Amino acid sequence: MADALRAGGTPAIELTGVVKEYSGHGEVVRAVRGVDLAIEEGEFFSLLGPSGCGKTTTMRMIAGFEEPTRGVVRLHGQDVTDVPPAKRDVNMVFQSYALFPHMSVYENVAFGLRRRGVDRDELDRRVREMLEIVDLAGREKRRPRELSGGQQQRVALARALVNRPRALLLDEPLGALDLKLRQAMQIELKRIQREVGITFVYVTHDQGEALTMSDRIAVMNDGLVEQLAPPREVYERPATRFVAGFIGTSNLFSGVVDRIADGLAVLRPGPGDRVLVPVEGKPAEGDTIDLTVRPEKIVITAEEPGGDVSKVRGTVAEVVYLGTSYSYAVTLGNGAEVTVFQQNAHSSDSSAERGDPVWLSWQPRHSYAMGS
Amino acid sequence: MTAPAIDRPAPASAPVSPARPGRRRLGDRLLTAYGWIVIAWLLLPIAVMVLFGFNDTRSRTNFTWEGFTLQWYGRLFEIPGLSAGFVNSLVIAVLTAVIATALGMMIGLALGRYRFRGQGLTNLIMFAAISCPEIIMGTSLLSMFLMTGIPLGRVTLVIAHVMFSVSFVAVTVRARVLTLDRSLEEAAQDLGASRWETFRLVTFPSILPAVTAGALLAFALSVDDFIISTFVNGPVETFPLWVWSASRLGIPPQVNVMGTLIFAVGAALAVVNAVGARRRG
Ligand SMILES: Nc1ncnc2c1ncn2[C@@H]1O[C@H](COP(=O)(O)OP(=O)(O)OP(=O)(O)O)[C@@H](O)[C@H]1O
Ligand SMILES: [Mg+2]
Repeated sequence: MADALRAGGTPAIELTGVVKEYSGHGEVVRAVRGVDLAIEEGEFFSLLGPSGCGKTTTMRMIAGFEEPTRGVVRLHGQDVTDVPPAKRDVNMVFQSYALFPHMSVYENVAFGLRRRGVDRDELDRRVREMLEIVDLAGREKRRPRELSGGQQQRVALARALVNRPRALLLDEPLGALDLKLRQAMQIELKRIQREVGITFVYVTHDQGEALTMSDRIAVMNDGLVEQLAPPREVYERPATRFVAGFIGTSNLFSGVVDRIADGLAVLRPGPGDRVLVPVEGKPAEGDTIDLTVRPEKIVITAEEPGGDVSKVRGTVAEVVYLGTSYSYAVTLGNGAEVTVFQQNAHSSDSSAERGDPVWLSWQPRHSYAMGS
Repeated sequence: MTAPAIDRPAPASAPVSPARPGRRRLGDRLLTAYGWIVIAWLLLPIAVMVLFGFNDTRSRTNFTWEGFTLQWYGRLFEIPGLSAGFVNSLVIAVLTAVIATALGMMIGLALGRYRFRGQGLTNLIMFAAISCPEIIMGTSLLSMFLMTGIPLGRVTLVIAHVMFSVSFVAVTVRARVLTLDRSLEEAAQDLGASRWETFRLVTFPSILPAVTAGALLAFALSVDDFIISTFVNGPVETFPLWVWSASRLGIPPQVNVMGTLIFAVGAALAVVNAVGARRRG
């Protein structure tokens, strides 16, 4: 992956073997345990992962607020591991916004330009232009606390973007907003990113946010990157159990390979059941493999389905009406529980009731065998 | 001085517990009365001091009301010893406020912002200095000055006053620093500010209300310090020391006038600081 990117030019941001350890109270916390990333110029790149997995630490090392214990940080090919934040060509949007409370909106946005001695006319033009972009023209004289949460968010964005950084780092910038505003700001952020065309590195623990906004996602867990791929691939082809579990709802199967034919491994979880999984090389008959199936790929029927599909038998344990769809919990013969989503596009009646014996089936390509 | 929030009787149309309006009204009245008692308690002595600055007294003592006059304001500097003490006190208090504020601010920043070796000890010393009885501090300062051979006078007064007021400034600033969002300073640096610019443009304005409050506190503590000053003053007399020595013969009304002026300036500064703090947010 990194090689493919390098072919397209120097990556905007590159971390090589980066480790960050904090020591205190006699113990060492390994916040980041060896991260390699290459973020492309102009990319909307997300760091996604649960609380405490090291997202903020990784971002702060890119911004220069933390020095890596080991490893190298490069910005546009230049080693900046020892360069202080003030001298790095990236700007950060803080989760708390960190707007200067004693300054007006205008002065907040002008702060970076004043530090760099931009002359008065240009400064005024750029500040006003940026306030226009974030839709805050006319509010120049307000103090931050006289603005709503969403407006403060946009001031923070403007204050960073007005410096025309080569990359913008955003640490859970929408975390403090309510759902509606957050969705509006997601669209707004994407628009602004397209408009200014710079690299965005976006930290979030909200998988929906990461999936809708990103060009690529690095899924982090416990200080390591578990998968680095475009949203679709992360969603449909989770590389590890952790990714499968963290992104969306996912059904995990584990089984012994019964036989392999035409690149498809056949598993038999129960009598009459058959699960087909595309595999590449490695597993042999008798090996145990883990696989995932997304709930919306599964079809629920009363009769046994025909054709070359994966099919398993079970009993409906729960039916939940979700408005545009139904969610079924189906218990299999071996006790495992499977979640199935079914759109109610054609009829708004449930196709199975609680206690019904049913067949679940899905296309072989929707089974995905994972690494460990 | 009015207290509209306390003074206002409970609106009868909006009782909180409609089932027992009588009890609520009684509780309200008690609270109002209590409020006024506290205010009277705090302000009455000051009011008496101000009032007797206008007393047309003819005797040496100034304890009985004999009619209104403004003459003492005109004859403020007629008593040389008192005038000298007043000027001494002001000079010492201003110097103390400046030095203690500069030092205390830095201590407060360090204590609130960083983790360092000896931090706990520094904290302890700050609070020890605040809670130490003045009589003990006075005697130990005196023996220290005698031991080191520093001649007693204005210098030792300033050193002593800085010594006991610096902790108050440090504690005030530290409390403010602890509430500050750390990322404010990081944001400034991220936007290209040097360390000094970060302090000047972001940190200092954010802690300014606490620094001003600390400076006022240091000034007030210095200007009316008596116990410690009696030990380390040497030949120099400050305003409180002069008043004390004069009190056996009778306190002239000029003392009340000077007290009134000092109080008025202090109160005005406190109001300015409070209004400024509210405006800055
Ligand atoms: N200054 C520090 N000193 C000691 N440990 C720290 C420090 N900063 C972070 N850590 C630890 O490092 C780990 C990663 O923290 P980090 O802030 O990067 O997590 P995160 O992924 O951003 O989580 P969240 O989603 O909750 O913000 C955590 O276990 C945290 O406790
Ligand atoms: Mg974080």
